[in-house]
Amino acid sequence: MEVGKSITRVDAFDKVTGRTKYTDDLCDAGAYVAKIVHSTIAHGKVLSVDTSEAEKIEGVVKIVTCFDLGQYRNYFPTAGHPWSTDVSHQDVADRLLLTDEVKFYGDDVAAVIAENEVAANQALRAIKVEYEEYPVVTDVLEAMKDGAPQIHKDYPNNILKHTSLSRGNYAEAIKEEGLTVVDRWYNTEPVQHCHIENFICYAYAEGKRITIVASTQIPHIARRVVGQALGIPWGDVRVIKPYIGGGFGNKQDILYEPLCAFLSLQVGGHLVKLDCSREETFFANRTRHGIKFHIISHVRKDGTYAARKIEAFSNQGAYASHGHSIAAKGLGAFPQLYPCDNVEGDAYTVFTNRPVAGAMRGYGIPQAMFAVESHTEDVAKIMGIPPIDFRLKNLMPQGYKDAFSKNENYYDTFRQCIEKGKAYMDYDNRVKELSKQTGRVRTGIGMAAFWYNTAVWPISLESSSSRMVLNQDGSVTLQLGETEIGQGADTAFSQMAAEVLGISTDEVHVVSNQDTDITPFGTGSYASRQTYVGGFSIAKTAGLLKQKILDYAYILTNMPPAITDIKNSMIIRTTDNRELISLRDLATEALYSLSDSRHITAESTAQIKSNAYSFGCCFAEVEVDIDMCKAKLTKIINVHDCGKLINPALAKAQVEGGMSMGIGYALSEVQLVDKKTGKVLNDNLLDYKLSTCMDHPHLETAFIENPEPTSPFGTKSLGEPPVCPVAPAIRNAIMNATGVGVNELPLRPEKLYEYFDKAGLLK
Amino acid sequence: MTGQSYKLVSCTINGKKCEKMVDVRSSLTDMLRNDYRLTSVKKGCEVGECGACNVLINGEAFNSCIYLAVWAEGKDILTLEGLMGPNGEISDLQQAFIDEAAIQCGFCTPGFVMSATEILNSGKLYSKEELRKLLSGHLCRCTGYENILVAVEKTMKKRLGVD
Repeated sequence: MEVGKSITRVDAFDKVTGRTKYTDDLCDAGAYVAKIVHSTIAHGKVLSVDTSEAEKIEGVVKIVTCFDLGQYRNYFPTAGHPWSTDVSHQDVADRLLLTDEVKFYGDDVAAVIAENEVAANQALRAIKVEYEEYPVVTDVLEAMKDGAPQIHKDYPNNILKHTSLSRGNYAEAIKEEGLTVVDRWYNTEPVQHCHIENFICYAYAEGKRITIVASTQIPHIARRVVGQALGIPWGDVRVIKPYIGGGFGNKQDILYEPLCAFLSLQVGGHLVKLDCSREETFFANRTRHGIKFHIISHVRKDGTYAARKIEAFSNQGAYASHGHSIAAKGLGAFPQLYPCDNVEGDAYTVFTNRPVAGAMRGYGIPQAMFAVESHTEDVAKIMGIPPIDFRLKNLMPQGYKDAFSKNENYYDTFRQCIEKGKAYMDYDNRVKELSKQTGRVRTGIGMAAFWYNTAVWPISLESSSSRMVLNQDGSVTLQLGETEIGQGADTAFSQMAAEVLGISTDEVHVVSNQDTDITPFGTGSYASRQTYVGGFSIAKTAGLLKQKILDYAYILTNMPPAITDIKNSMIIRTTDNRELISLRDLATEALYSLSDSRHITAESTAQIKSNAYSFGCCFAEVEVDIDMCKAKLTKIINVHDCGKLINPALAKAQVEGGMSMGIGYALSEVQLVDKKTGKVLNDNLLDYKLSTCMDHPHLETAFIENPEPTSPFGTKSLGEPPVCPVAPAIRNAIMNATGVGVNELPLRPEKLYEYFDKAGLLK
Repeated sequence: MTGQSYKLVSCTINGKKCEKMVDVRSSLTDMLRNDYRLTSVKKGCEVGECGACNVLINGEAFNSCIYLAVWAEGKDILTLEGLMGPNGEISDLQQAFIDEAAIQCGFCTPGFVMSATEILNSGKLYSKEELRKLLSGHLCRCTGYENILVAVEKTMKKRLGVD
């Protein structure tokens, strides 16, 4: 069995010796350097760009402004979604390579191409841009008001999209006698992905085609978008993805691949490198959406819901990017986590003059879970029901099936996850011990549950292709369009291929880098899709390869495929397990046979028309110093049911990383924007408070391995889920310590001060 | 290019005496990456915030992005590439990073390994809390630091012969 083993990552040795090549490591030293002139206003029109002084600087090759686009002035979408041939389902195309219509502080107005970085930076400072300034709006509710600054035409009140959901009859249901109404607002703020490798790409022309090497999660999607942006045939674009230093969704967007390709074409196809600084990564890439939620619950005395309502207001920032998909995902989660007969919901995604929000690990669910699970705790408290009892009474029950996704909750999984979390926390005893605290420092335990989908079907296409080649020595080379971005995908893919082929994982050579000229089509790393979706493709291709191998074994051994198989790299006769020939000997003979030479390969596409619920919960214990308004996380566990684990050690590692991101989301991270100017105030890793190893307690992880029936390997999503329940668990722990529910992220001292002061905790 | 001037920088890099003319404005990161193609030295912020460019200078860990290349004159510099033995052997610490699944995207790994090398070379026994503080100059977004700490602690204890 290769699946289910904690084998070492296939790329671990190269990474720990520093020989793994990332984009910048591969770029030739002769590359021109491109730098972007970012706007110094958040909203307005570029009247002129004076490049005369900049052009005199030695080493400057060319300066291109928003007025020089010519044939390349094409509006294009940037979201890393699979393309839809249905026009109504396509992403909003609202970006230009460079723009004269500034919509956020840091918008791309012009670009410098220089022989070196120093000259490029000098030129940036010498370029003078003249603007006509418009009023700025950064708050989502302000932006929706009549008379607010209009950011995109054709979107009245700046609403990019509004969707609703309705079940039963909310208006009637709330008339029921004896209901308790809990009506609360919750706020989440934008945060940034902070992958340690900033976005970088380089481009060069070969013949009439353009090649872009980019730090991206989605090479095949990047190819399409570069084609759209440049108005050239998609086949004229080649995208190569080397190893990348993290992505977390920021690189599930098309960032500067099209601009870099365009700039290369402006200098005759010369090699041009565009390397974002950390500061640019903060203000000119993407962020998580800040979403404000309004939840109203009508609760019966027995602790069941009579009716519920949710409103979500998602701050899109300046451009559509992934747009409403994020808020819509949160809205869709609401009636499924705690099913209720009468539900109403509305989600709005609204343009503002903030930096652009896009995909980020969890895709709307960390925001929604903060609101929903904070609210759940609030309701339980008001109803006087222990919060876990209240949850178990109302959580999605075993057997629940969603009408849209067709996802099904096959097991009593929430109870199993919660029991495991409780045991680790010694929950019942601790809660009792902590029930009568007074004094300045108090401890509390909180928890939160969540569910998450796997992949994007039925909203979008789910398709994955793979290729396998039998080498002369019986080893197998594996290629997929799905990408390794640090999560360990290559290792999981290799294990799955080995499992089906009957060989060991170290006999599978996975090609880590994608090249759209060579690699089979796959849409890439997002939606926690790859292990699930890639699994179908690997199972299918490995099955085909195996068939071809057994067909050749028939020629060599006279034993037909009906009674042969591959086990431990040997062709065996299944009737008596006799070893007939080694795969190595078969492979060598197949290629070099003078009578029947064959290159044994297989390739297939698997289209997936299913999805799967992934489940879990987080328990957190915090120590709150009330006078200092400071919460310190002292103990934490995440429990996940992501089906069968392909590689338990890597699964655990992935959960720890997600928990860390969740801890930052809860306690320290926020992208601060000046309301007047729209400028990001903390665009660096000193002022933006990413967790260090001093900010965590030990991170405990646990799994419930209920096999997912729809997956050939029994697996489902794990990449994003670990972030989802952490912030509300910590928020609830603070509430259970102090009695005060803080409804706005992040839970930093200034926010705790505001709430503690209002509650009269501070003397 | 205006104001450009070069200076000869002689130093020892990964045990080998080296000498090159270097732009006086270059950081040590630039010199190591561009002039010596030691690409394990990563750029994550270029202002000393993330620790990805960490190298040992005379045995002490530095963020090479905020260390001028010309300051390397006469110094003994060790990058991650220099940890590999003549026959391709890796250090016990590197092996622990592999064994403990302390690596994900790998971009912060070189910096962590170099800092941890300095920490372990001290021969001191640190508590977990002390290790957390000593490694807190390195940012990692993938791992939550958990397995990195385990790898460093286990190697430290093994070297010191304690449990």
